[in-house]
Amino acid sequence: MSRALGLHLAVAAALFLAQFAVGDYAQLMLTRIMVLAIYATGYNLLFGYTGLLSLGHAMFFATGLYAAALGTTRLGLSAPAAFLFAIFLGVAVSAAIGAVALRAKGVAFMIVTLMFSQAFFLTVLYFGDYTRGDEGIVIADTIRVFQFLGQTVDLTAPAVRYNLALLLLALAIGASYAAVRSHMGHVLVAIRENEDRTAMLGYDVARYKLLALVLSGTLSALSGATYALMFAYAGSTLASIQYSIHPLLWTLLGGAATTLGPLLGTGLMFTLVDVASGLTNAHLLVVGVALILLVLFFPKGILGTLRQRWLGWLP
Amino acid sequence: MPFLPHLFLAFLEGTVAAAVLALTALGLSLTFGVMRVVNVAHGEFYMLGAMLAWYLAKLSPGAPLPGFLLALVGAPLAVGALAFLTERLVLRRINYDPEATIVATIGLLFVIQQLALTVFGAEAKPVAAPFTYRIAFPWFGYSGYKLFVVAASAAILLAAWWVMARTRVGLVMRVTQFDREMAQAFGIRVGHVYAAVFAAGAAIAALAAVLLVPIQQAHYLMGLDPLLMSFIVVIIGGLGSIRGSVIAALVIGMADGIVSVFFRPTLASILATLLVAFVLVLRPQGLFGTAPR
Repeated sequence: MSRALGLHLAVAAALFLAQFAVGDYAQLMLTRIMVLAIYATGYNLLFGYTGLLSLGHAMFFATGLYAAALGTTRLGLSAPAAFLFAIFLGVAVSAAIGAVALRAKGVAFMIVTLMFSQAFFLTVLYFGDYTRGDEGIVIADTIRVFQFLGQTVDLTAPAVRYNLALLLLALAIGASYAAVRSHMGHVLVAIRENEDRTAMLGYDVARYKLLALVLSGTLSALSGATYALMFAYAGSTLASIQYSIHPLLWTLLGGAATTLGPLLGTGLMFTLVDVASGLTNAHLLVVGVALILLVLFFPKGILGTLRQRWLGWLP
Repeated sequence: MPFLPHLFLAFLEGTVAAAVLALTALGLSLTFGVMRVVNVAHGEFYMLGAMLAWYLAKLSPGAPLPGFLLALVGAPLAVGALAFLTERLVLRRINYDPEATIVATIGLLFVIQQLALTVFGAEAKPVAAPFTYRIAFPWFGYSGYKLFVVAASAAILLAAWWVMARTRVGLVMRVTQFDREMAQAFGIRVGHVYAAVFAAGAAIAALAAVLLVPIQQAHYLMGLDPLLMSFIVVIIGGLGSIRGSVIAALVIGMADGIVSVFFRPTLASILATLLVAFVLVLRPQGLFGTAPR
């Protein structure tokens, strides 16, 4: 067993054991961190490995969020069906957006994604009769208890949520680990390092970029759907620009282009904001200062710096 | 009100919106054009200008004119100084890397917004107009101050054009924009040019905010809308083309003013943002811009 695989298994085991050691509040925090770390992991595939900085991932996250929330409350879907519906929409929306947005490069790509996401956000507000805008949709507890493969799953129970979140996160990180270790992952890194040269070597750069974006967007939608079903809420704040910036911040903090960086960054940022909001209600100030300091002193993030200095084997 | 006077009113409102938008976008266009960096905190410089205008105007009780003049000079200077510090302490150290700059200015956006909330509070802050002359049209009265804003914006835009096109300072800026390394080879201190341009861009945003704030109150969240609108204008106009930005600001501000009189503003915004996205996809250099070298 390689060191990298061992590290991943150790992290999963530690997270599994953590639920027996911490209190109710910390358990809920960890659940939330794990669900959002799926989002960050998806973001990292595009930003860290492929080198495409999107400022509009909130629209993919919110696609999953609203597909799950509207699917269960309006379309009468069961929770698992709404989850699959959300993933299907995640694939469709990210493929459609990617087909258009990927024609733009560099700064133009960032602004195009920002604009699409803003249009999505405004559309959510525009159809306030259905989405209930800022106030949000609340998913009833009866929907969140469902039968799955002959088992009763109760998403209102903290322990069930925790372990389900852990399972999904493990699958997401596992998928991202497998993807970046594969042939495709190496092509994505090649695109990040030098797009023109990769194209000249005969790779269909546009297809690989679209593939990365769809994978990334789908993981984001999966995270959004999980968020809606687990925490019973879908509001327009979760589709706003801020939620496009969060995964960028988490990924940068933990280390872009490292498989565990997004999880580490999400966890640290949540802890930081949690501690800071005990001291001041201006937690965005902490986020802002963290962003500036990161860019100035740790452009590679925590795990990125560790890998550069000491742990060259870190995936 | 009958249709034609109503349209005339919408046209006047559109002109005021366009004038302020053109000024705000001018600042963004200047920084993008010369430095090739996107300043996401531009809207916060604007918000800070409005907040400082409120603060400075409060310093001189009594007639509003002296306080307004104080704000007109003080707010852009203070905001420009802050931007200068940002440029020296942050942007220069990350070597104007486009992506790192976006991340750093997003951080700056949060910092400025939260500090403004903490220092000035969450409530909207009115600033009195320096004069209250009303122009009486046959159908309705119209604020003379709003027309003054239009005239002032036009004057500032002309001045900016004159500086860029006719003075040595403008020549140095254009050279730096055209070819940074060649400019350096000819002994132009590119670092100083960047710092000055970044400060000037922020100061122009603050100036636009000071002009606008007697019409629309100052609030700590007011920066987002002008940021997005400026983005739209700068992109449609062509990244880096100041002339294009001004034309686009006139068209978009006017359209926005007129459309929002007749349609729901959210729908207008959705269409505008989608339009920008598609313009950028089909013509990444904008309508009037030239592709970067």
